[in-house]
Amino acid sequence: MNAIEVRKISKSYGKLKAVNEVSLEVQEGELFGLIGPDGAGKTTLFRLLATLIAPDSGSASLAGYDIVKEYHAIRSCVGYMPGRFSLYPDLTVEENLNFFAALFNVTVEESYDLVAPIYKQIEPFRERRAGKLSGGMKQKLALSCALIHRPKVLFLDEPTTGVDAVSRKEFWDMLQRLKEKGITILVSTPYMDEASRCDRIALCNEGRILGIDTPTGIVNGFRSPLYGIKAKNMFALLEEARKARGVEDCYPFGESHHLVADSEFNLDNFKKDFDGFEGFFIEPVEPTIEDMFIKLMKQ
Amino acid sequence: MKNNFISFVKKESLHILRDKRTMLIVMLIPVILMILFGFAISTEVNNVNVAIVAPHRSDGVKEAVERLASNDYFTFLGYIDEEQADEYLRSGKVTAVIVFDTEYDRNVALAKSGVPVKPVIELILDASNVNTAGSAAAYLQSVLLGSASEQAMFETRMLFNPQMKSAYNFVPGIMGAIFILVCAMMTSVSIVREKETGTMEVLLVSPVRPFKIIFAKMIPYFTISCIVLVTILMLARYLLEVPMSGGVGGIFALSLLYLVLSLSLGLFVSTITKTQVAALLISAMVMLMPILMLSGLLFPIENLPKFFQAVSTIVPARWYIDAIRKMMIQGLPIIAVWKDCIILLAMTALLLAVSLKKFNDKLE
Repeated sequence: MNAIEVRKISKSYGKLKAVNEVSLEVQEGELFGLIGPDGAGKTTLFRLLATLIAPDSGSASLAGYDIVKEYHAIRSCVGYMPGRFSLYPDLTVEENLNFFAALFNVTVEESYDLVAPIYKQIEPFRERRAGKLSGGMKQKLALSCALIHRPKVLFLDEPTTGVDAVSRKEFWDMLQRLKEKGITILVSTPYMDEASRCDRIALCNEGRILGIDTPTGIVNGFRSPLYGIKAKNMFALLEEARKARGVEDCYPFGESHHLVADSEFNLDNFKKDFDGFEGFFIEPVEPTIEDMFIKLMKQ
Repeated sequence: MKNNFISFVKKESLHILRDKRTMLIVMLIPVILMILFGFAISTEVNNVNVAIVAPHRSDGVKEAVERLASNDYFTFLGYIDEEQADEYLRSGKVTAVIVFDTEYDRNVALAKSGVPVKPVIELILDASNVNTAGSAAAYLQSVLLGSASEQAMFETRMLFNPQMKSAYNFVPGIMGAIFILVCAMMTSVSIVREKETGTMEVLLVSPVRPFKIIFAKMIPYFTISCIVLVTILMLARYLLEVPMSGGVGGIFALSLLYLVLSLSLGLFVSTITKTQVAALLISAMVMLMPILMLSGLLFPIENLPKFFQAVSTIVPARWYIDAIRKMMIQGLPIIAVWKDCIILLAMTALLLAVSLKKFNDKLE
């Protein structure tokens, strides 16, 4: 059985189609990533699935419960961690955890084995007010609170936004461990580099899903040859490369530009043409999820 | 079923206890307002300096002056000449100058035998403070008349509040205004804060039903309001010496009903606002004016234009203040104000019903 099934769900705010006929399926025990920039509709999709808002059309079910008709049942079996820090800053770490346990009619002891690996890291600060924690610790507390009732499905809306690189890595390690315990996780992130930590990902943009596959599947779908080019004057290089023959697309990518070639592209001719650029350098590169995202976005 | 309701109340109480500044404001403002209105802002006759112009200090005049001088509310500064009266009033040395007619004794005697005579006493008052001047004039008259003529054409007697103490008038009014403002503000802000900080999102994605959230929030605020209520009643009774002859039990019961009404009003405000600022603006600014102007706190309802009289019927404070006045000052039992009670009860029920219906268990 699929833990999450979404069928052509849509939600508009005025003229803005925040979520536009989105369909996806997440298997039980899967770590599924929604990858996309701000405004892609990730948060709206989360709110729809968490039964916080009602869809305009389409349907979805969670653990077999319909999100519209059986939303009370869903609310007991999902853990939801909104993008914004949503705990009580004036309560201590311990008080927050106890409160959320009571909210779901459980005790902290009952679920301690599940939250312990995460909560142990912040336990030394249990007397501290939640508002005074660092960003990484806040996330750990929020995750502990979202897990306290042993949810079947866990929704994490951009959990790593505003968290330092080390904490981000730790966070993904924690998700991996939770997945191993059989919890289905739907996580969104604007960081493409985090996508590879998911079992499957959906690339989304402007309320639509551009593609769903495993991270390798997504990358393999990028069939065109891809090159990285560099020169001293990067801006002029970009301008010229875009005009060159056989170049499908060229865009800045970190320290270099990525160049997507089409069938007319000839590497030797291209090298000759661009030799005039000071410090010109070209090499074939492996496509990443971000390259695929850019490609899909332009289609 | 573990008690998520109790932990909700506990959490709500922690919020309040941790926010010491707000707590202090909520507890102190009623006390300050009571003292301010009870003492400082008063229209009552107190320490009125009086000078007397009496060309002929006859026995009748002396008797009247003695009466005046022995009264605690007036300070007799002495006899002055008629020409000095203007200067005394202008410089603020005195608030009132009493001019006795030269024919005082004879005219009083005539009046006693029923012959109509022209006035025998002239009161000149500094009316730059209209309220004080008015009360002083009325009170001076009643003191002087007693000596001037037992046979006077009319006799005014101030029942319930013979000294026209303004505290008697203001205490019920202040109570009516404070409770509704404090309670409505506290509840509305506390609910809207959850929306604003995003915690409402998490609360909703849980098995807890909205009405539980609402009642859990009301309980601690109700407790605080009760403390404020007791403080105010103690201040009124022992500091301002308001009689409360209608029975403290009844006053308390009615006030509790009014507290619930005010909390429900706050709840209602929270269901129609999205930010704490908006909630504060509505519960403090928008409601303040009708509560002050249309509740009988500052102006008697009967003196309002017809239109505003009609509007005032939906101001809860109007009914509460009316009932509390009757119970505190006139000494009526709670049965006598059953009409006000029923209106307040109906308003509470209506507000609660509407808010519960409007309090969405969705985000929009």
